[in-house]
Amino acid sequence: MEIALVLGAPLLGGLLLALVGHKRWAPELNAAMSLVTLGAAAMLTGRVIADGPMTAMEEQFFVDPFNVFLVALTAFVGFTTALFSRPYMRIEEHHGRLNAARLRLYHSMYQLFSFTMMLCLLSNNVGILWVALEGATLSTVLLVSLYRTPASLEAAWKYFILCSVGIAQALFGVILLYFAAEKVLGAGGTALLWTHLYQVRGQLEPTVLSLAFVFLLVGFGTKVGLVPLHNWLPDAHAEGPTPVSAVLSGLLLNVALYAVVRSKVLVDGALGHNFSGGLMMGFGLLSVVVAAFLLSRQKDIKRMFAYSSIEHMGIMTFAFGMGGPVAAFAGLLHMTVHSLTKSAIFFTVGHATQKTGTQNMADIRGLIEQSPAIGWGLILGSLAILGMPPFGVFTSEFMVLTTAMHEQPWATPVLLVALGVAFAAIFGKVQPMVFGETNLRRLPHPPALVPVFVHLAIVLMLGLYIPPYLVDWYRQAAALIG
Amino acid sequence: MGQSLSSQLVNLLAAFLLLIAFAMLSQRRILTLIRLFAWQGAALTASTLIVAYTTGQVHLYFSAALTLLLKVLLIPWVLHRLIDRLQIRWDVETLINIPATMLIGIGLVIFAFALAAPISELANTLTRATLGIAMASVLLSFLMMIVRRKAVPQVIGFLAMENGLFFAATSATYGMPLVVELGVALDVLVGTFIFGIFFFHIREQFDSLDIRHMEKLKQD
Repeated sequence: MEIALVLGAPLLGGLLLALVGHKRWAPELNAAMSLVTLGAAAMLTGRVIADGPMTAMEEQFFVDPFNVFLVALTAFVGFTTALFSRPYMRIEEHHGRLNAARLRLYHSMYQLFSFTMMLCLLSNNVGILWVALEGATLSTVLLVSLYRTPASLEAAWKYFILCSVGIAQALFGVILLYFAAEKVLGAGGTALLWTHLYQVRGQLEPTVLSLAFVFLLVGFGTKVGLVPLHNWLPDAHAEGPTPVSAVLSGLLLNVALYAVVRSKVLVDGALGHNFSGGLMMGFGLLSVVVAAFLLSRQKDIKRMFAYSSIEHMGIMTFAFGMGGPVAAFAGLLHMTVHSLTKSAIFFTVGHATQKTGTQNMADIRGLIEQSPAIGWGLILGSLAILGMPPFGVFTSEFMVLTTAMHEQPWATPVLLVALGVAFAAIFGKVQPMVFGETNLRRLPHPPALVPVFVHLAIVLMLGLYIPPYLVDWYRQAAALIG
Repeated sequence: MGQSLSSQLVNLLAAFLLLIAFAMLSQRRILTLIRLFAWQGAALTASTLIVAYTTGQVHLYFSAALTLLLKVLLIPWVLHRLIDRLQIRWDVETLINIPATMLIGIGLVIFAFALAAPISELANTLTRATLGIAMASVLLSFLMMIVRRKAVPQVIGFLAMENGLFFAATSATYGMPLVVELGVALDVLVGTFIFGIFFFHIREQFDSLDIRHMEKLKQD
């Protein structure tokens, strides 16, 4: 029931907004549909916490603590981003960058994008997960090119081609997985269901599964933005409208990582040794290092934070690759705080770029003088994403580092150096943007800053105190994947 | 139709598929490229039908029909319309010259067979020898996407890659569950339309479908 609502609300919203998305009240309808999704996700979460994992509709959907946690996070950030996009898109329209048809496209695709992500998370079928993840690319590609500038078209084309090719590799992985599973489970519907696959994972053919995992990791890893498959990510983030950057960074990358982690658990069970973990640690560490060193070379503010997303996805991939309950706990916590903090940063960056009319960091000056809320939001968000205590990112990074000292001592100095370099790069660029002489113009609509501070407050709270029920929930999820 | 006859027929069609993949790699004209893509779809339909008939798997008839409709009729038609509207019939430029591309292609085929050999051993389907060919055609399409400079051949390369994947699914496993195949077909269809929309946007902005115009965004 709740599952039907979680999936139905954004699907219905997408269809409705395809018709009325250009009306004056369309942004409110967009937010309302996201609110319905959030409500349904909250009910679903309550039920899973109370009753434990469940399946629905002839096992086509299933919910356990791991995916329900991501469903709740996705619905929450989806709703706050819809709130942010309300004044943001009105200002864009006022500045003449958008017309009615494009606004309709934007609102409709925003909801369909939520739908594909929810489908991806809730589906029990590996094949449907693939279809939904490809659907997420298809629904966002026209949003990246929404402004129709040469640069945005180039970014969207790159996004489309790279992600489609990447995800085609993942389809080959799914075929190989089906090939191995069919021998044990028989042909037909059940051989691609996660719940059935997990039960028989010890009997699946190891050679086939290890090859399948390589394809799945490369395929889904393209969408996670792992180096060297990350080229699409900074362009897509920089050229699309800011709400799209926020949901790409905060949500889509998480959902793709979810697919990788699910595959890893399956393959680990079949192989009995840590082949998949090693690969993930390697890719993760490479992403952290490469992204950290590229941060200081950025001139565009949205590109810089896109590279920061690559860095953080690398940390999570490394944590999940390391395995074990503590690292998995840290990975889940990092997923939560990263998506909250990064979307909050993109909200402030969105309004800051609207005030200055440029994304070039050298031209943005003195935010705090003209609008203290945006300035404080940006500086606090940057400190949070850089892992300053007392924010939640510090807690999760600290857990990853201490676990790494035990399990993979060689990786700790690499991680520390990369985090230090990232700190120097981002802080050095954010500080002059926030302080100093102002050169800003006023906005025709008041900016949406409530979501920013709500996100940062939650991240702060998670750094100081994680409520016991949340700890319990993370533990249950970590036990499933650790 | 006996097992051995149908298995030989599927092998023959697999060889066609590989041959078409090479032909696409060496083809310069866009119209011929679309025709080759349609032929590849036809070979895929035929081989799916043979497997369906021999094994009695009903859902394979559906996927054969879907392939015929989508990849032999609809998508080539859409592509034809597109290049008519955009008036692009010019020769396709490649990054690397064609003989060199062919040599790389041969290397890829050998690599694919080496990779597929241990898996084919495990397969008990009548078409198991073809898994290597399927993998090879996926890699060849991938190569085509890399060496082509224009937007339309890149898209045809992507669609051909999807053909190779589909062939891998039928040859190794008698096809994926129907719900998955329908989903994949939907994605391919929507993707083709979005590509079409894109062509117009790109043309509007750059007056050309040459991807070289789109290298302003830096790699760093």
